[in-house]
Amino acid sequence: MNIDILIAEDEPGILESLEFILQRAGWTVSSVTDGELVIEAINKLKPKILVLDVMLPKKSGFEVLKQLRLNEDTKNLPVLILTAKGQRQDKRQAEMLGASAFITKPYANDDVIDGVRQLLNLVKFTNSQ
Amino acid sequence: MLSANFVIFIAVAYVFLLFILAYFSDRVSKRGGKSFLNSPLVYTLSISVYATSWTFYGAVGSAARSGLEFLAIYLGPTIIFVGWWFILRKLVRIGREQRITSIADLLSSRFGKSNRLGVLVTLIAVIGTTPYIALQLKAITTSIQVISASENSPSLSGVDDGSLALGIAALMALFTIFFGTRNINANEQHHGVVAAIAFEAIVKLVAFLAVGIFVVFYIGSGVGNIFTSASEANIDIYSANNFGPRWIAILFLSAAAILCLPRQFQITVVENSNEDHLRTAGWAFPAYLFLMSIFTIPIALYGLSTLPAGSNPDMFVLTLPLSEGNSLLALFAFIGGFSSATSMIIIATIALSIMISNHIVMPIALRSSDNLGTEDGRGISKLLLTSRRISIAMVLFLGFLYFWFAGNSDALAAIGLISFAGVAQFLPSMLAALYWREATVKGAIAATLVGFLVWGWTLFLPSFGTSSQFLANIIDNGPWGLSFLRPQALFGLENMDPLVHSVFWSILLNSFTLIIGSLISKQSSLERIQANLFVDIFSLKSKNQEKFLRRSATANDLMFVTQRVLGGKRALAIFDNFAKQSGVRREELIVTPDFISLLEKELAGSIGAASAHVVLSKVLSGGEVSLEEVMQIADETQQVIEYSHRLEQTTKKLRSTAKELKQANFRLRELDSQKDDFLSKVSHEVRTPMTSIRSFSEILLTHKDLSEEQRMKFVNTINEESKRLTSLLDEILDLNALERGERVWQNRPLNGEDVLKRVINICNPLALQKNISLFRKKIAREDLINGDADRLAQVFINLISNAIKYNDAKDPIIEVNSYSTKDKYIVEVIDNGAGISAQDADIIFEKFARGRRNNNGDDGGLGLGLAISREIVGKMNGKLELVNNSSKGACFRVSLPLGKKKSLMVAQ
Repeated sequence: MNIDILIAEDEPGILESLEFILQRAGWTVSSVTDGELVIEAINKLKPKILVLDVMLPKKSGFEVLKQLRLNEDTKNLPVLILTAKGQRQDKRQAEMLGASAFITKPYANDDVIDGVRQLLNLVKFTNSQ
Repeated sequence: MLSANFVIFIAVAYVFLLFILAYFSDRVSKRGGKSFLNSPLVYTLSISVYATSWTFYGAVGSAARSGLEFLAIYLGPTIIFVGWWFILRKLVRIGREQRITSIADLLSSRFGKSNRLGVLVTLIAVIGTTPYIALQLKAITTSIQVISASENSPSLSGVDDGSLALGIAALMALFTIFFGTRNINANEQHHGVVAAIAFEAIVKLVAFLAVGIFVVFYIGSGVGNIFTSASEANIDIYSANNFGPRWIAILFLSAAAILCLPRQFQITVVENSNEDHLRTAGWAFPAYLFLMSIFTIPIALYGLSTLPAGSNPDMFVLTLPLSEGNSLLALFAFIGGFSSATSMIIIATIALSIMISNHIVMPIALRSSDNLGTEDGRGISKLLLTSRRISIAMVLFLGFLYFWFAGNSDALAAIGLISFAGVAQFLPSMLAALYWREATVKGAIAATLVGFLVWGWTLFLPSFGTSSQFLANIIDNGPWGLSFLRPQALFGLENMDPLVHSVFWSILLNSFTLIIGSLISKQSSLERIQANLFVDIFSLKSKNQEKFLRRSATANDLMFVTQRVLGGKRALAIFDNFAKQSGVRREELIVTPDFISLLEKELAGSIGAASAHVVLSKVLSGGEVSLEEVMQIADETQQVIEYSHRLEQTTKKLRSTAKELKQANFRLRELDSQKDDFLSKVSHEVRTPMTSIRSFSEILLTHKDLSEEQRMKFVNTINEESKRLTSLLDEILDLNALERGERVWQNRPLNGEDVLKRVINICNPLALQKNISLFRKKIAREDLINGDADRLAQVFINLISNAIKYNDAKDPIIEVNSYSTKDKYIVEVIDNGAGISAQDADIIFEKFARGRRNNNGDDGGLGLGLAISREIVGKMNGKLELVNNSSKGACFRVSLPLGKKKSLMVAQ
């Protein structure tokens, strides 16, 4: 079962809104609510991209990202980082760890959709080559 | 008629009389009353210590042998007192102003306080004076012999010369120690001794006059008859080579002696209590000498013409009365001669003992021991007294020894002039001290040493010539056959009277060395200052020591020192600047206290305050760094020490302040990062609900095709998140207020159990809703605590709702227990959830800290609840903690102190 997007987000309200807008945009979406479940879900669901919240219970989004980049299978998985902290330091850290995009909460829904679309296009482009 | 024992008894009795006289004079002067002791007459009489037994007996002998030669001995001092009194006046003034204690001290002080010079002068004085003391002992023993030998038994009754001399020396030592070292006086004045000397002066004058009158008018029938009968007997005392070089040499020596003899210096300068006394002495002393000499020639002539040939003319004064059977007069004459001898011995010994103890013993003692000065100087004064007493005994013993070994040689007879020639070696340096500013200590030492050596070689050594073949050989052929070094024909100057020869060479080489030495060597600043003080003594008018000393420092002196310390340019700049300020030219600069303190500051900048002070003190007080000044310096040193101590303390304080600052800074940084952290967390907590609100709002705005159900759901989420946002902000504000103590907090007695019951009632529906069983196991009896009921309820609600919220057990239960210990009311909220990890336990009470989130989507937690609860419990003097419990879940415990029993009863 291949899906387009995996969302890792613990805030129920935010998760609901994300699922709604991304599904409405026409992608298949699945979600997890803590950091420990992310890798497992990726292996199982093979998402094209990951939307990752930083402040996740059990394992922070940055740790998850680090782990993904160390794994050969997920090394190139595009990751969109979501954070409520919105500080430059977080953005820098995200870039360093190999995040593909970075969006600060609260976000405009279109920004998320655009970000996700770009990443999916990138995937399409890479795969077509 | 006169037995030796009787004569000796009379002599001892006479000394005893002197004891009494000296004792009472001391007492009178100690009472401080103005008495005859301070009169110019006593002063003048005491100066006559000049006339020793050598003059008393010897003048007649000298007249009999060498005609008018004896006159030179009297004329020398007369010339000084009448014609050159200004030298004496200067000496006396300097002696008083500079507190000079001896001639050694005078020279040492003038030449930069040189102790070497002091030692040298002292040694020469001892060498020159000891034989002179022996001469006095000899005169006494001879006179006793003469006066008792006239009796039938020519030998002394079991008393030989030696023990007689020793006895007299011991008696003199006793007297001198007793009255010469009673105390250490600042100005070394001995009133008792001076009174005794003055008395002796009268005795010897009256005795001599009595003999003279007796000879001239009683047995000689007038002066004319004596001269007539003398010429009839072909006695011509004028044929001797009078008024030749020898006469002039003697005149010179006696003039020098009145200035340089240690005993004369002692009496004239040191014992002087009033400068004006010199006016009286100026005419009275020559008059005294005149009276002493008036009958010398008649006595000599009469003795030569009437007494049998071969009679010792030195003893005419005694033998003439004896030959006429007038033993009473002879005894009186003996007492006169005895007086001359003893007065010389006493004063010479005192003067020498002062010099020895001040210039030899003290420097050694001070160098070898540095704790002498610690006991208020008592150690020093005790040492001084002891050393003086020992010196007196030693000097007299030396005199006795000299008498013992050389008593019968020619050495003793000639010793008077030899001694004069010896001390005359002080004269060039002394005159330079008074009048030649440029004379240096090196010059003075070299000159005195050269003069002393030449004197010793040409005069002192040859005086022993007859007693040793070896010496006689040297005198005849020079040492190692070097004829130009022959003592009495130095550098080929032959056929000269030995005395003239010696005086010529010694004084010439002495003066020459002084001049050359002073010209080629440089003065130290102290020497220069001392030189100015001595030479300019009369231009320094003020009596007040300090002002006088202040004035004594001329701008030149200060310039000199300043140049030395700061260099020429800088010194000139300072002086010019100050002169400009005072509106004068630099040459006209007057030394004012302001200027001195300015200079001191400038100097201090270069050599430190203490050193600058010492340097300036030296300049200002002419090197006279008095005890007071030393104390002042010590005081300043103390101040410096205290200052540095204070500085150290300040530094310590600064260091601790810096440490505190560092800590405060660290704390601030910590607080700052906590604030950042807090803001970051607040930002996160605010952004999270905002994200939902914004996102759903956009969804509602964008997607018009939503079902009513969906729409309702989204609006509801927006509403919930808004409320969450509001309560978050409320809590933040609440916590902030609690932390800052902004709200007035009032603890009132309340029943904790009432509050708990109320909270349980509130929470029960929530628990029921979540299918959680909330129950109580232990219930405390009703106890009073102090607190705020609503706030306490807030805490309980927070704990129980947390337990409900995060309990994800299958069969969730929450147990609320309450109980009281001796002094505490305790409430525990226990759940059977997953519990709190050790890691989380550490941070659970921090703001925005949240434990593991439950998965059931219901999340109202903001992370501030426990922080607020802990704050509240703290305000009620209680404690909120997470305790280890046997059960798997978490156990929060609130413990609050129980109120007093009294208030409990009142409440009930």
